[in-house]
Amino acid sequence: MTNVNSKRPNLAVEIAGIKLKNPVMPASGTFGYGEEYAPYLDLNSLGAIVTKGLSLNPKAGNPTPRIAETTSGMLNAIGLQNVGIDAFVQSKVPYYRGINTPIIANFFGNTLEEYGEVARKLNDVPEVTAVELNISCPNVKQGGIVFGTEASAAAQVVALVRKALGKPLIVKLTPNVTDITIIARAVEEAGADAISCINTITGMAIDIRTRQPKIANRTGGLSGPAIRPVAVRMTHQVVQAVKIPVIGIGGIMCAEDALEFLIAGATAVQVGTANFIDPAAMIAVIEGLERFLIEEGLDDIRQVIGSLKV
Amino acid sequence: MKNYSTTILANHEIAPGYFRMKLLAPGIKAQAHPGQFIMIRPQTGLPTMLRRPFGILRCGFLPPECDGLPEREYLEILYKVVGKGTTFLSELHAGDRAEVLGPLGRGFDLGPIGTEKILVGGGIGLVPLYLLAETLIERGDKVRLLIGGRTRDDILCVTEFERLGVETCVSTDDGSLGEAGFVTNVLKRKLDKYPQAEVFACGPMPMLAAVAHICSIDHVPLQVSLEAHMACGVGACLGCVVKGAGHSDSNPRYLCTCKAGPVFSAGELDWGRMESQGESCTKGCA
Repeated sequence: MTNVNSKRPNLAVEIAGIKLKNPVMPASGTFGYGEEYAPYLDLNSLGAIVTKGLSLNPKAGNPTPRIAETTSGMLNAIGLQNVGIDAFVQSKVPYYRGINTPIIANFFGNTLEEYGEVARKLNDVPEVTAVELNISCPNVKQGGIVFGTEASAAAQVVALVRKALGKPLIVKLTPNVTDITIIARAVEEAGADAISCINTITGMAIDIRTRQPKIANRTGGLSGPAIRPVAVRMTHQVVQAVKIPVIGIGGIMCAEDALEFLIAGATAVQVGTANFIDPAAMIAVIEGLERFLIEEGLDDIRQVIGSLKV
Repeated sequence: MKNYSTTILANHEIAPGYFRMKLLAPGIKAQAHPGQFIMIRPQTGLPTMLRRPFGILRCGFLPPECDGLPEREYLEILYKVVGKGTTFLSELHAGDRAEVLGPLGRGFDLGPIGTEKILVGGGIGLVPLYLLAETLIERGDKVRLLIGGRTRDDILCVTEFERLGVETCVSTDDGSLGEAGFVTNVLKRKLDKYPQAEVFACGPMPMLAAVAHICSIDHVPLQVSLEAHMACGVGACLGCVVKGAGHSDSNPRYLCTCKAGPVFSAGELDWGRMESQGESCTKGCA
């Protein structure tokens, strides 16, 4: 009798020198600091843990309502509520000492100086393996223009963080731009080791009875399966435009969805909204990837990555 | 058994727009604390994406299907059809499958044994109060339920509470059942009579704010159960926050309804801002 399972396919990938046991990790802001989900899945089985976005000072977030479900998606305007970098280091980081998977700290700033200061602080935290830089924030000192929507501003913040950081630097791009490849190339040149794409797409929903926006912030970030084709397209474009690895994000609900991004050339994927629907969603994605490889007669996930035929 | 697929045992309309659903839930009685909630999502065909939060109405055991099989443990929810998600839920039948996450959140602090307990429910807000009443009565507390609604159609499950041994007082806005007027009028009278009572309330936000006002004047301990739109139910999405005591624009203080609540001690919340917030805020109408 032949044992088809005698050799399990290899799901391991590497991003900017970080070894991941599989290419699946949570998208920032959908998984808390990780600990919140420990009752529902084995955190060690994830490729990595990506934290909620951190800022220099604690951030209380936006007024409510903050979320609204839309067709195959949801809008959110949480307002980057987080405990702040110091409280993170003090109260959240100790938990990571018992975790055997890379910790990627996502962070943001309102000014260049803030970005630099948080990067320096994160650099001193040995439990943090890598950082993911959120550049989808307005630069308060430059009239609120979003760093990530302008190539020179994006490059400036990436270069500054690069200098402050001796760890792998992943830059998360906003899709709310005319041409994402211009920004992707700019951050690559400025020293990014990898790119995550995409962040949420700005959207709006209105309650037709009250005539009010469904979320207090008026507009919010659209996530979920509704944005997946956009995200796959942008991932494909960015993969073509840069040499550094790309992490695909956008509406991944199952392994088949993740495979679209991998085939388009993403080295890894992040799962976001699906975590809200099923806290164990990422486990199903990982198991589904393994099953797919077996079905396809492949033994390594790297045989799938970038295998797009056009 | 915190995240599992299960079978719907029954799903019936018990009053216009109000449905009661029974689900198989092994171990629920030992897990669920009064005031906790579950997140539910039908397994197939759902036009919506996110789970919806529902207060646990009651838990119990069904007789075995035949000799030799174990008793079947179930939980029940009671919900009002208010949107796409609950409409779809209301169309499900016994035998259909659903995904359940929970019990979740912080339930009621039962307080000292033997003291007078007054439960105040507005409409569907009585849902988390049943398990509470049952638990309090089992301990030997004296439990009174004041239940209010707009019309007689919004007054649910009264006889079930009475069967537990709860003294119930019904009031409706239009006087179609019980006393005419707000449930808060009844509360004032009861607190005059039982000034040592503790109050537990769930219902629309304006009702809760009025109850909080009455209780603060009389220095009566009050716990309230809140409802909010939720995505995750486990404290990750931060979508369900409510303003905490001491909240201000310059010093915002938000608490997760799913994790810090859904039951809050009245003193933990910022009531000044609550009255203007949302209309209907009761368990089960997401």
